[in-house]
Amino acid sequence: MAKLTFSIGGIHPADSKLARDCKIETLPLPEKVYVSMFQHLGAQAKPIVAVGDSVKAGQIIAEPGGFISAYVHSPVSGVVRSIAPRPDLAGFNCMHVEIEVQGDEWAEGIDLSPELVTAIPEDRDFILDRIKMCGVVGLGGATFPTHVKLNPPPGKKADCLILNGAECEPFLTSDFRILLERTDEIVVGAAIMQKVLGGCPCVIGIEENKPEAIEAVRASVGRLGYPGIRVETLKKRYPQGGEKQLIDAVMHRQVRSGGLPIDVGAVVQNVATSLAVYEAVQKNKPLVTNVLTVTGDCLPAGSMHNYLFRIGMPLSWIAAQAGGVPEGAVKIVSGGPMMGKAIANFDAATVKGSSSILYLGESTRRGAESPCIRCGRCADACPMGLEPFLLKKLYKAGDAAALEQNAAQDCIECGCCQYSCPARIPLLDNIRMAKAQVMGIIRARNAKK
Amino acid sequence: MTNSIIWTIAILTVLGLVLSLVLFWVARKFKVEEDPRIDEIEKTLPGANCGGCGFAGCRAFADSAVKAGNLDANYCPVGGNEVMKKVAAILGCEIKEAAPMVAVVRCNGTCANRPRTNQYDGALSCKVKASLYSGDTMCLYGCLGCGDCVAACQFGALSMDSATGLPVVDESKCTACGKCVAACPKRIIELRAKGPRGMREYVSCVNKDKGPAARKACAAACIGCSLCAKTCRHGAITVTDNVAYIDFEKCKLCRECEAVCPTGAIHGTGFPKPLDKEAVKARIAERKAKEAEAAKAAAAATEVKKEESNG
Amino acid sequence: MDKVLVSPSPHLHAKASTDSIMMDVVIALLPAVVVSILFYGWSEILLLAVSCVGCVGLEYLIARYLMKRPELFSGTSALVTGLLLAMNLPSTSPWWMALIGAVVAIGVAKMSFGGLGQNLFNPAITARVFLLISFPVQMTNWTLPNGFIRYADAVSGATPLGLIKEGLKSGNTIPEILAQNGLSAEMVVRDIGGSAGEISALALLLGFCYLLVRKVVKPWITISILATIAAIAAVFHGIDPAHFTGVNFNLITGGVLLGACFMATDYVTSPMSNWGGVIYGIGIGVIVMMIRYFGSYPEGMSFAILIMNCFVPLINRAFHQKKYGRA
Repeated sequence: MAKLTFSIGGIHPADSKLARDCKIETLPLPEKVYVSMFQHLGAQAKPIVAVGDSVKAGQIIAEPGGFISAYVHSPVSGVVRSIAPRPDLAGFNCMHVEIEVQGDEWAEGIDLSPELVTAIPEDRDFILDRIKMCGVVGLGGATFPTHVKLNPPPGKKADCLILNGAECEPFLTSDFRILLERTDEIVVGAAIMQKVLGGCPCVIGIEENKPEAIEAVRASVGRLGYPGIRVETLKKRYPQGGEKQLIDAVMHRQVRSGGLPIDVGAVVQNVATSLAVYEAVQKNKPLVTNVLTVTGDCLPAGSMHNYLFRIGMPLSWIAAQAGGVPEGAVKIVSGGPMMGKAIANFDAATVKGSSSILYLGESTRRGAESPCIRCGRCADACPMGLEPFLLKKLYKAGDAAALEQNAAQDCIECGCCQYSCPARIPLLDNIRMAKAQVMGIIRARNAKK
Repeated sequence: MTNSIIWTIAILTVLGLVLSLVLFWVARKFKVEEDPRIDEIEKTLPGANCGGCGFAGCRAFADSAVKAGNLDANYCPVGGNEVMKKVAAILGCEIKEAAPMVAVVRCNGTCANRPRTNQYDGALSCKVKASLYSGDTMCLYGCLGCGDCVAACQFGALSMDSATGLPVVDESKCTACGKCVAACPKRIIELRAKGPRGMREYVSCVNKDKGPAARKACAAACIGCSLCAKTCRHGAITVTDNVAYIDFEKCKLCRECEAVCPTGAIHGTGFPKPLDKEAVKARIAERKAKEAEAAKAAAAATEVKKEESNG
Repeated sequence: MDKVLVSPSPHLHAKASTDSIMMDVVIALLPAVVVSILFYGWSEILLLAVSCVGCVGLEYLIARYLMKRPELFSGTSALVTGLLLAMNLPSTSPWWMALIGAVVAIGVAKMSFGGLGQNLFNPAITARVFLLISFPVQMTNWTLPNGFIRYADAVSGATPLGLIKEGLKSGNTIPEILAQNGLSAEMVVRDIGGSAGEISALALLLGFCYLLVRKVVKPWITISILATIAAIAAVFHGIDPAHFTGVNFNLITGGVLLGACFMATDYVTSPMSNWGGVIYGIGIGVIVMMIRYFGSYPEGMSFAILIMNCFVPLINRAFHQKKYGRA
């Protein structure tokens, strides 16, 4: 069967899925967790508990702060000790609810049993409400509130639900593990989202380097018998799991500049989100756990882990459970090595979207920058068809009009350009700034209209 | 042979004449009438086209000044009062004289004062660094040290001091155009009055954290203790968001605030003599004692009065 | 772990660096270098040495002391220029010509434009053209190979292209010219001389294949140059074989292969997009054939590349990548 892939650019970094054979382990509970009020795209959540309150695991502790925002639940049972700013992993202060763990008691109405519930509720609004009340957000990286994404604006219809199991970032294995270990739940989650979207077909896309997962999901789809779900093998190529690239690969449609996937009838959800949707709708279990990978190129074999963690666990505490920071690590990244964030504050708490603790050795150090030799590798690599060398030059020259003309705002920040640059020019660092500048100009213009 | 030489010369001469006529005609036809004062003012201006005045360049400045007919909205910080006087003479109008300004770096988070907690490995740009994270120290407000201000300065007045990791302003070259102020993502650089003979007093810190946090991040941080504000007799110092600010228009350069600052966050520059902290402190103590005595005497006097009236 | 690094993403980078790419080009040139040493012997070794040392040394001195920006020095890139320059010189050239070439290539064509990545013209080609104009006799001299591998007796004279150009000027037809000089078209194709590097078409192609496999260059520029030359030669030779040389002859003689594989594909001075590269290649092919057939110089590869170098900024402006979602 033909393998699907996107049509422009892309790179082939070594996939380094070192933790692919590590089963998901459940972490013990720490003494304290710090639950961030900013775990999703959009407005910050507003705490509704007070210092000294007793909370149960799964209980709502913060409300959405706007239309695009999400509920936040307590991941543990215990007592609220403080509600105060605390540095996040970038060192910026951000409101956190500190909870001292006492026992592990869950709020009522949450089904913690492992039985698979395959009967999907009939009422669409009920499903959306469950997803919203359980604080489900996209776990593919952007943490966009899922209930908003699954509810297209009037006049727009979904033609296809794409379930993103590409996991094209090197090193990460959390999606792969849940595809293997929570296969049925993910498929049920997909069927639920299909229902919400009006019964459109669903494609589950998985990269070819995960044949076990492809097989498992195919078998599960056959066994569960939901109509209109099929599994497609994707080529191993970065950024295969980029939303726009996946739509191109699966539907052969391209989202126009500045548009949304729904404009071309696509809704893309990550497989981890599908699992969260399943738990929310079928089990009434809020999004307070997720799977993260502890891995890296300087970590000895055997000390890799895939952990089921609760949000709010400090990264450094999880690292300690896994045996501490390895010798030779010079950079610690949360997320994939291509788009993840370097951790400046290792005591920061995990959030809904945390997907890894990645230890990188000397090879991650950026070499000295040398002059551009105009080899054009950045332009060949850009999956959006941009010319990074040109954008960087225009940004340095401060030419905002030309930046917009050359589509700096279309950049998806995948890092392909900077990855492939032989002169080690920080292309993306600059283009990101250029993009922000152009986006600001576009927003100001639209506001004027 | 001779023939061809003659022909060549003839053809080129005729061609030259015809083309010059065309040029002459074009110049006449498309001539744009402009106020000659625009040219005159532009010549008077420094011609750096730095944009410090808020216009796109010196020409745009001159254009708008001539159009407005006054200089209410135009001031060239680079040329200063002298140039502005000349411009005013051309336009025949008055100007408000402005005190000469200079860029002041309000961060003293040197490598020694402010321990580094991580190592930045991204593009050498404060803007990139500021948008990425809080920086390589515990201080969220201080200088990031990548030199965006140095790059923005077109007069060569700024340079990075490799020992401190902070930018240094060369006062003789600084024209107060404000480019560095705009370039600094942390808004550390401020344009302040140059002061008499270059004497200035300023708070070299913008850390808004509470005292202990600020102190932990940097030994030279302003901890918002308000000691300076209480000492100042001129009402020049205000403390907002845990950081003190000296209003240079009110400051009388008595240096008392500098003497009492427990962290050394207040800096005085351009003074002929180094500050004798103890002497100034003694002076303050003496004054305070006198004031207390006077207050006591006054209190006693009112007491006596009260007693008298009672009795 | 002392202090963690923090930087924006991405946190990985590909292994290829400017130096590794330049070293790949050097490796790709090695077969041709070895062949030319075997054929031309010590004189070739001397030229290679002077040219390489001259280029690398000059680049270092200029970057360090004249421009005071030592980071602009790229030894590997200068080495490539040095090798290409030496291979563009006839093996009979005196060593000081290589040195002058190095001064022109590095000093004039490269560093005065701002160093690596900034030059408008290919440095080695610029130097070759400079030498060709300054020392036409030495630059068009040709010996049959008489190095470590010997062909008959050492013969010295003009290159086949030069012989034909001269012959045509004096009104002879090509078969007559070849007969007069004791050459046959087949022999020329088999044992061509000329500039040292040109002798080894196979070695050059071998090196080029290495570059293709290593994905250092894309084939479009080279293919379009060779295809254009072949097409033009086929048409003209088909119409009048007595006055226009044939396809094989044109593809193998002169600097066509060296130019098409290694000089026209120089990153800095060639277009960035694939279609731009095709246009650039066609331009080079047309100019080469026009000079060969109608110009007064016997050979035009270096002129063609130099002329098309001028158009690269324009070509880059005209041809852009296909953008996502902006059909």
